[in-house]
Amino acid sequence: MSGLGEALVLLGAVLAFGGSVGLVRLKTFFERVHPPTMGTTLGTALVLAGSMVRFGTLHEILIAFFITVTTPIGYALLVAAARRRRRAP
Amino acid sequence: MMLIAGQILLGCALLLCVWRAWRGPSAEDRVLALDTLYVNAMLLVLTFGIRSGTSLYFEAALVMGLLGFVTTAALAKFLLRGEVIE
Repeated sequence: MSGLGEALVLLGAVLAFGGSVGLVRLKTFFERVHPPTMGTTLGTALVLAGSMVRFGTLHEILIAFFITVTTPIGYALLVAAARRRRRAP
Repeated sequence: MMLIAGQILLGCALLLCVWRAWRGPSAEDRVLALDTLYVNAMLLVLTFGIRSGTSLYFEAALVMGLLGFVTTAALAKFLLRGEVIE
């Protein structure tokens, strides 16, 4: 049971690392918006699932809810700002 | 052992985000790198909490998630309008 939780945490960390590698490697800003979402959605979900296997408390559900609700709003605002700044000189 | 490997991976992810926030050609790149830095640091705090077993780390991670969203929203609003509260 403990091995399953640790494997889930490791998989989530691999996803977050891949998202950061994409953030560094890709060329333009609108390409670079995509990779970090991999770490912020599935990476966070897997780490929290691993924590839930170990403990099983209410905190993980709260954190997953807040991250899932707030991250797309922040990225959408950021892309809107980038589009406006590139359109108007 | 797998937890320590995950922590090392998350630390390397933090370094990559810092590199992008440092070198990023535009301001949006820096804000995006800061948001990713927040989420990765929150995951690192969560893995510390899993290793130690106390609930203090989970409350810290909750606060970090909320503050990360507030930071990103305020900075994006600033880039969009030129001021945060109008």
